[in-house]
Amino acid sequence: MDLSLAPAQEATRSAARAFADHELAPRAAEFERDERVPQAIYQKLAECGFMAMNAPEELGGSASGVVAYALSMMEIARGCAATAVTMAVTNMVGEVIARFGDDAQRRRFCPLLAGGRHGAFALSEVDAGSDPGGMRTRAVRDGDDWILDGTKQWISHGDSSAVLVVWARTGGEGPKGLSCFLVPEGTPGLEIDKHEDKMGLRASHTCALAFSDMRLPGDALLGEVGGGFPIAMMALDGGRIGIASQALGIGQAAHDAALAYLKAHPERAAEQDAQFLLADMRAQLDTGRLLVLRAALLKERHQPFSREASMAKLHATEGAFRVTQMALSLVGAEAESAAMPLERHMRDVRVTRIYEGTSEVQRIVIARHTLGA
Amino acid sequence: MEFELNEEEQMVQQMARDFAQREVAPVARELDREARWPKELIARMGELGLMGVAVPDELGGAGMTNVCYALAMEEISAACASTGVIMSVNNSLVCDPLLKFGSDEQKATYLKPLAAGEKLGCFGLTEPSSGSDASNMLTVATKDGDEWVINGSKNWITNGPHADVMIVFTCTDRSQGARGTTAFIVETGTPGYRSEAPDEKMGIHAAHSSTIFFEDCRIPDSQRLGEVGQGFKIAMATLDGGRIGIASQALGIARAALEKAIDYSKERKAFGKPIAKLQAIQFKIADMAMELDAARLLVWRAASMKDRALTEKGLRHSEESAMAKLFASETATRVAHQAMQIFGGYGYSQEYDLERHYRDARITEIYEGTSEIMRIVIAANALKG
Repeated sequence: MDLSLAPAQEATRSAARAFADHELAPRAAEFERDERVPQAIYQKLAECGFMAMNAPEELGGSASGVVAYALSMMEIARGCAATAVTMAVTNMVGEVIARFGDDAQRRRFCPLLAGGRHGAFALSEVDAGSDPGGMRTRAVRDGDDWILDGTKQWISHGDSSAVLVVWARTGGEGPKGLSCFLVPEGTPGLEIDKHEDKMGLRASHTCALAFSDMRLPGDALLGEVGGGFPIAMMALDGGRIGIASQALGIGQAAHDAALAYLKAHPERAAEQDAQFLLADMRAQLDTGRLLVLRAALLKERHQPFSREASMAKLHATEGAFRVTQMALSLVGAEAESAAMPLERHMRDVRVTRIYEGTSEVQRIVIARHTLGA
Repeated sequence: MEFELNEEEQMVQQMARDFAQREVAPVARELDREARWPKELIARMGELGLMGVAVPDELGGAGMTNVCYALAMEEISAACASTGVIMSVNNSLVCDPLLKFGSDEQKATYLKPLAAGEKLGCFGLTEPSSGSDASNMLTVATKDGDEWVINGSKNWITNGPHADVMIVFTCTDRSQGARGTTAFIVETGTPGYRSEAPDEKMGIHAAHSSTIFFEDCRIPDSQRLGEVGQGFKIAMATLDGGRIGIASQALGIARAALEKAIDYSKERKAFGKPIAKLQAIQFKIADMAMELDAARLLVWRAASMKDRALTEKGLRHSEESAMAKLFASETATRVAHQAMQIFGGYGYSQEYDLERHYRDARITEIYEGTSEIMRIVIAANALKG
């Protein structure tokens, strides 16, 4: 056992940290006010190799490994959580296409994503969130083509993506009736609603997508007919590592703000209640980080990691939420002012307990593994 | 980065598990019920190298790492937390400071038999009126020629009634505060050293602790451990390691409670199905399993840092050890509590092990630094950095 980082992992983390400190943290409030992260930010992230970290180099990816990816996500989210969620989803889209796509699909989409264009997952529906088996969007064969109909909900950056990964029912009820499609931007038949007004992550657009009589060529199918569910599960298991890392980044930012406040206010730091909050924040963050890195390393080695990813997401997101709350308690009234980043962190961190599998779904996954049922 | 156990680590874990399940677990309930000192098990642990796991071979130990020590501690404690703490005290609180601060002669005389399990050690820091505030001790050592004369008392001394050797901390210069404390190695047969009968406690019944009195207890200067005035530093450095042992003990207790709760939830039926099928039970078990894994990672991190600190100069692990102990001990009490909920009335009954795990877990949040002291250590590290 050796829990220290390899030099390459340290180097990637340092690069992400510098990026977050210089490009993101100083502007995160502005991004939120404008309700968008400038595309130039993603171009720069792409130039540093952060947009397709788990895609192979011949497809434009940086093949950095899952541990380096998790470390980078933590740093980027520390700077700006909205930027981080787009980075997380785009990375997973690139990874899914690299893994399940045929050569043409891989060569067409992976370099685009590696170059800074966004990719989105369209899985959730109005009536199918935690239970993707219940989705209603359908794709019906028409000769070699497919006709796609239905609506998708809560799609992160669904309005700016070069490619959408869309799950639709091609067979009967249940998971085996699901298939997965790649929908390039500009395909006729897609209506994108104005992005949602949300509590947090306001610089990241979350959209409803309506597909009506969208005609897709046969080669839009990702993987096999009826093979959609395992792709969704793989994307979610991997996505959980990304979101857990995002949560830890936000929690770290909240911790850093509180620690800086205490160092500037020694009379507050002398109070035992402040010290105890600080200690609990640090233990939560360290614990979450170890769980995330463990899951990341398993995934990097192609070993089973579903149980570990769920533990990581549950602990990291619940922990980061508590850490952020504790940071607010530590700083007091000043923390609620928009001049401090803490109120934004509080709003941003909340969703990490919901998306890519709620905490309740993580508990179901962990219980299934633990009870062997 | 490597979360997997290497070959040596797996081997030690397996050896400790086999021993714990075959020889310790079958008698654990009885040891607890009778508050019986597990003399035979301690002797067996000595034979297996478990009494000086991280002490080099040539000094009587097993010559393994602190990670191996943590793994073995978890296994023994999962079977019997009392046996676990007896092992922890000898390894972490006695062998470790002798290894780090002892002279060659002291190592040959004391460390060798202690690490080999031929002798048993105890650690005398706490006093009736100074626990967490350890530097405020009343026990004094006064120089008299080439000897020291110790007077005072120590309490809650685990292994106290049976130990052959104590590392005792004394005040040698009241005006110097924490810098006026000095550590000594005392053979418990020395005139003036006296142990009371074992304490009656809520849990870890088989791990006897007692109050120790020093009345003009006279020892040669050659039994001084470290420098005069270095005692508090030795105590704190020792506890940084000891906390890894107690955190591992807590892991063992939590694991035992969780495993039993899982088995029970699959057998026990309510509302027409095994309670393992009820979401209320599943969610409890998910949280327990997650917290146990999380705590174990913190413990392993602290232990591997202690190993690295042997070669990486200046590497400290006080904060990491404190986090491990804080999180693991609080996990043990929460997990034992929830396991008892899952067991219901059977958990409360002495017919089953649950109530023993519940009682045994509680002390892990108190000794070798309370959860509150752990938070102070963590915060102090953060604020000074």
